[in-house]
Amino acid sequence: MDTSRSPLEPSGFSRKLAATIIIVYMVVTLIPITWIVATSFKSVDSAISYPPEVFFEPSLEGYVNLFTNRSRQPKEYLDSLPPPETWYEELVRSREMVITGPSKFIGRYSNSLIIGFGATFLSVFLGALAAYAFSRFKVPLKDDLMFFILSTRMFPPIAVAVPIFIMYRKLGLGDTHLGMIILYTVVNLSLAVWLLKGFMDEIPKEYEEAAMIDGYSRMQAFFKVVLPQAMTGIAATAIFCMIFSWNEYAFAVLLTQFNAQTAPPFIPTIIGEGGLDWPAIGAGTTLFLIPVMIFTVVLRKHLLRGITFGAVRK
Amino acid sequence: MAEIEIKNLHKSFSDFIAVKNSNLVIENKEFFVLLGPSGCGKTTTLRMIAGLELPTSGNIFLDKEDVSYLRASQRDIAFVFQLFALYPHLNVRNNLAFPLKMQGYSKQDIDTRVMEAAKLLRIDHILKSKTSGLAGGDRQRVALGRALVRRPKAFLMDEPLGTLDAEFRELMCLELRKLHDDIDATTVYVTHDQQEAMSMADRIAVMNEGEILQADSPNIIYNKPKTKFVANFIGSPGMNFMPINQKISPNQNNVSVAGTIINIPTQKDGSSSDQNFLGVRPENLKLVSENGIKGNIFGVEYLGSRKILTVETVVGNIKIRVDSDTNVQINEQVQFNVLNNNQIVFDGSTDKALISEFIS
Repeated sequence: MDTSRSPLEPSGFSRKLAATIIIVYMVVTLIPITWIVATSFKSVDSAISYPPEVFFEPSLEGYVNLFTNRSRQPKEYLDSLPPPETWYEELVRSREMVITGPSKFIGRYSNSLIIGFGATFLSVFLGALAAYAFSRFKVPLKDDLMFFILSTRMFPPIAVAVPIFIMYRKLGLGDTHLGMIILYTVVNLSLAVWLLKGFMDEIPKEYEEAAMIDGYSRMQAFFKVVLPQAMTGIAATAIFCMIFSWNEYAFAVLLTQFNAQTAPPFIPTIIGEGGLDWPAIGAGTTLFLIPVMIFTVVLRKHLLRGITFGAVRK
Repeated sequence: MAEIEIKNLHKSFSDFIAVKNSNLVIENKEFFVLLGPSGCGKTTTLRMIAGLELPTSGNIFLDKEDVSYLRASQRDIAFVFQLFALYPHLNVRNNLAFPLKMQGYSKQDIDTRVMEAAKLLRIDHILKSKTSGLAGGDRQRVALGRALVRRPKAFLMDEPLGTLDAEFRELMCLELRKLHDDIDATTVYVTHDQQEAMSMADRIAVMNEGEILQADSPNIIYNKPKTKFVANFIGSPGMNFMPINQKISPNQNNVSVAGTIINIPTQKDGSSSDQNFLGVRPENLKLVSENGIKGNIFGVEYLGSRKILTVETVVGNIKIRVDSDTNVQINEQVQFNVLNNNQIVFDGSTDKALISEFIS
């Protein structure tokens, strides 16, 4: 018998089993993503060819189409033009088209970034304040209020789409960044309060008391002592809020059109000649995945590290 | 450094009374210990002095200034928590500097003061360490350091040695007392451990159920307890109480316990009850061969230099301290008598000590 191993450590077999399960799961979840990324590098023709092409000659056509508006021109006109100055102009010319200007993608993508990060910041900030108050102060009807906050998530948000649509039109919040940030914050806030309250409850109140005795006001103690220790919870909450507001589709379709339209309603509507421009949609989706991925990776170390571990003997 | 005075201090949490109309003056430079069993209100009293709780009524004076309703941050008091509460996201140096940063000292001044405190507490070699990796004693010192960098008017400590192991606690007791003397501090220290209290305090206040029963020097608390609770709580084992089935009258100088006449200090006051108690410390009893109170040996505890005998008698189990070479067997019949005239009679109805020649 192998006695070098502690009885608490998993055996070789269970390690291998775990690895196999994870790999299978990873393959299943990665196939669609791989396909989207692959499509973004295909040409329009190979993207819709049947049978589907697994191996293909990569092209940046999708990305060029994503960022530009183009128009088809007769051959004589194209020949009369000066030679193309850039690689993407050349690519477009080879399809017998000219670039007529940048597409709306960058604007929509920026809207997504502004609204996504804005709503995430606001949800986490307000959520942390509320969670701290619920965790530390005697709030009248505390349990009922906590339940009320949770109950706002007991129906799908889209169920109140019509009242919100009318309300936003009256208030002039429709198709504005502020309107979307407020909406996503409201949806996320209940989750943020509940998650963060759990983390705040875990932080011993002696820390704030120590800070207050050291001359800090309660607010300063909150920012300097409580928040740094709640980093784990804040990171987890921020990731959940970010993923929701970044991916939200239904309200974005309903409430935004020009000014504040986010990327999700925009990407699937990229029309090429004679149908949807799949490589451009793939390119848009690929670029759309990147910020959340970076955000999650950056915050991951906070998720994994219990920052208060060992600081207090309980 | 400062004098702390509390006047008619009262604190209740809904219908639970944590501190009952307490009065206390803690002198400048005094090492003052609040001692009592858990839930007696000692920590609540300390937290009110610190400003972490507000009193329901009554006042707290710090150097004659009424601070009862001032915020903790405005009182210039340092507090050492039982669990130390070292900020885990800061290293030792920044933990020490944290109170100074708020007060707007220059970076240079902060460094000097942190170094000073670190040297005094011998933690200058671990300034760059994370607090989470420190051993118990070092954490304790960092917590003390954070309290003393600010040179506050008073130090408040809430069972700061409670989490340390026994051997180390004794060492820290000595260090704390020495530190107190070195920096001429006024210290208020809360503990439930009478040994800690006895070994460090200039004066001890014994509390129970929200009341301060007695505030005196360790010597007086031990020898002249004013109530039955104090007599029993202090000392290990506590005082013996033998029932006296008679009313005590002024000038009485002996009582009968289980048919044996025992001399007591001449009483100045009479008792209100006719059921009273004679309190005798285990070391004031001795085994005798005749004319004593009879009983059977129930238990023997060997404590190195001495033994504690538990004797089963008609007046209950009585503890007697004897030399460790005294040879007795379980169930052996023995007699004992009181050794000297330091007994205290407690009134059966009020549990208070009756005034006599010995105790005023």
